[in-house]
Amino acid sequence: MSNGWSWFIIILTLANIAACWWLLATNSKRKPGEPAADETMGHVWDGDLREYNQPLPLWWMMLFYLTIIYGIGYLILYPALGNYEGLLGWTQTGQYEQELVQARNRYSAIYDRLAPMSIEELAADEQAMAIGHRVYVNNCSVCHGSDARGATTFPNLVDDDWLYGGSTDAILSSVVNGRAGMMPAMGPAMSDEAIDSVVQYVRSLSGLEHDAAAAAAGKAQFAVCAGCHGMDGAGNQVLGAPNLTDNVWLYGSEPAQIREGIVNGRANRMPAHGDLLGEERARIVSAYVYKLSRDANATP
Amino acid sequence: MHQESYNDRVVRQFTLATVFWGVVGMAVGVLIAAQLLWPALNFDLPWLTYSRLRPLHTNAVIFAFGGSALMGTSFYIVQRTCHVRLFSDRLASLVFWGWQTVIVAVAITLPLGITQSKEYAEAEWPIDVLITLVWVAYAVVFFGTIAQRRVRHIYVANWFYAAFIITVAVLHIFNNLVIPAGLWKSYPIYSGVVDGMVQWWYGHNAVGFFLTAGFLGMMYYFVPKQANRPIYSYRLSIVHFWALISVYMWAGPHHLHYTSLPDWAQSLGMVFSLILLAPSWGGMINGVMTLSGAWHKLRTDPILKFMIVSLSFYGMSTFEGPMMSIKTVNALSHYTDWTIGHVHSGALGWVAMISIGSIYALLPRLYGREQMHSVPAIDLHFWVSTIGVVLYIASMWIAGVMQGLMWRATNDDGTLSYSFIESLEATYPYYAIRLLGGALFLAGMGIMVWNCYRTIRAGSAETPVAVMPASSTT
Repeated sequence: MSNGWSWFIIILTLANIAACWWLLATNSKRKPGEPAADETMGHVWDGDLREYNQPLPLWWMMLFYLTIIYGIGYLILYPALGNYEGLLGWTQTGQYEQELVQARNRYSAIYDRLAPMSIEELAADEQAMAIGHRVYVNNCSVCHGSDARGATTFPNLVDDDWLYGGSTDAILSSVVNGRAGMMPAMGPAMSDEAIDSVVQYVRSLSGLEHDAAAAAAGKAQFAVCAGCHGMDGAGNQVLGAPNLTDNVWLYGSEPAQIREGIVNGRANRMPAHGDLLGEERARIVSAYVYKLSRDANATP
Repeated sequence: MHQESYNDRVVRQFTLATVFWGVVGMAVGVLIAAQLLWPALNFDLPWLTYSRLRPLHTNAVIFAFGGSALMGTSFYIVQRTCHVRLFSDRLASLVFWGWQTVIVAVAITLPLGITQSKEYAEAEWPIDVLITLVWVAYAVVFFGTIAQRRVRHIYVANWFYAAFIITVAVLHIFNNLVIPAGLWKSYPIYSGVVDGMVQWWYGHNAVGFFLTAGFLGMMYYFVPKQANRPIYSYRLSIVHFWALISVYMWAGPHHLHYTSLPDWAQSLGMVFSLILLAPSWGGMINGVMTLSGAWHKLRTDPILKFMIVSLSFYGMSTFEGPMMSIKTVNALSHYTDWTIGHVHSGALGWVAMISIGSIYALLPRLYGREQMHSVPAIDLHFWVSTIGVVLYIASMWIAGVMQGLMWRATNDDGTLSYSFIESLEATYPYYAIRLLGGALFLAGMGIMVWNCYRTIRAGSAETPVAVMPASSTT
């Protein structure tokens, strides 16, 4: 802020406070010639509206003065008057950083113990998983659900079907860096008939009810899709291209839903959480997700 | 000789509009309160979703109910206390129909999802232009009448109405400076945190000048009238008026504590909010102490009960406001339902109850009757709505403090103890109590509608009221 603006703020602020003080001080006593407290001011409106001129209640004046004095004290101690920083040197950023340091000191013993562990080891550690659960419900559950079973457009994390891979490294990378899923729009490049036949073929890959003739025709058209989804439709985790043969559907399996994806494409985004969570907790929550999926798919 | 009479036609129109929009606005409030408890009540229809109906509710109760109440009573009071007919009947009529057009336009566009996304200023720019025109007409009628007054001294109620009219014009214009991008879309000329600051400079002064100063004007006429007692202290009026309007201007930044708003602006918002306590209470003292010597009337006059309880809620929420503006308190209360409780202690307890009391005092006079059709019904309305407000704000206080504590609770390992959804689950019982409180308040409005209907049916608006000659003493 330039000096001019700073002084503008300082002068306006102090002038307003001073004006309040003056207003209070000059009205605290009856002026000569004014009617006494129990007499009205002499004006009458609308037949019967009159005004007494009682003195300002003492407790109220004291309250007013006190808030002004408190306010001035605050203006001296804290940043408020333009560029003046205040005697205490307080800033909200400083307060935040101080609290971060305090938290780090308080919890460092716990995280120091967990830091050297691999994600597999973390997944087997009771304390790490308790932390992982809290981190998960406060950060991930909003999209993926409290039970991690996802919802339309939000992947299910416990079905052992991974868009980008279920290895510890792949999960950690998804958490830290996020993911951007993109299916290009094929509508402009294909005829309506071709699209409909591909829809039937894609349904057939997962063993869903389909028109066999159309599906057969669709198989020929599928070459365009195979670049990402593979010739067999099993997907490609490097690209995040979904497996089309496992009957897991991020956007639904109805013909209209599949058609929508082919015609207009799909864009989806998992936001990066590295900066938000920090490395320690990103690793712990990755271990938590890893364990969730493993537990859900363990053969009994 | 032709005798000059008061223009009570426009006052009658605004008074009926107040009751009508009160019912509509509060009914929408009850619906969205129910939606928080049972989300399925939006029936999966976009225009019935909470996100669209909530601004409809706030706009309807503030600008349709509150606005009609303020315009109607100000037109009534300015004539009575200036001893002259309104400056222009045609303009007054334009103000009424113009304002109703604004309300209907807002009520249509908000559910359609057309919004500026600025709280209490959601209406898009074509409606904002209309608001500006209507407001200028309103100011011309009001100040034109003041200019033609037949008493030298301007009555205190008019100071507050004047401050309300001038300031709301300034707030409305500067907060709605936008660049249109089509008929129903626009972008503010401010960006980032400046936009946020302008918005809350507007938003908080909407509270200060629309919901406080305006209704203090109403209070300053109807309380001494109903109590038949002189105003307690002229001197106090002067001090608290000037202090209130100058200090309120600064309080907006307390809505942006611990955000990217620079520290100095946050601090100024907090300091001036604290200094605002005494000026706010000045109005309460002047209103309550006006009743001294007439306390016995509270036993028999339910209209006075409405007024005195409204002043109590006014005092309570103007104490709570400065307290919540303190940074450390705000760190707990911000974003919780405590804020909702605070707002409704002001909106239902103060704004609605002083309006209801004033309308019960005003309506019979507008229709040539001594008093409302049923005084016991006023008493019933008083108790139903008082219990409603208490249930509403107490449940939201508890819910708010609970949410604030749950959100900040941490475990031994530094993780948060509760997820957001857990705090929401814990809030459900309080949402149910709040719904009950809101429904009671709405039921009270139902009693009022019946009572008004019976009063009007048995009354007559045929005989105009002659302008009272100004007293020779002034």
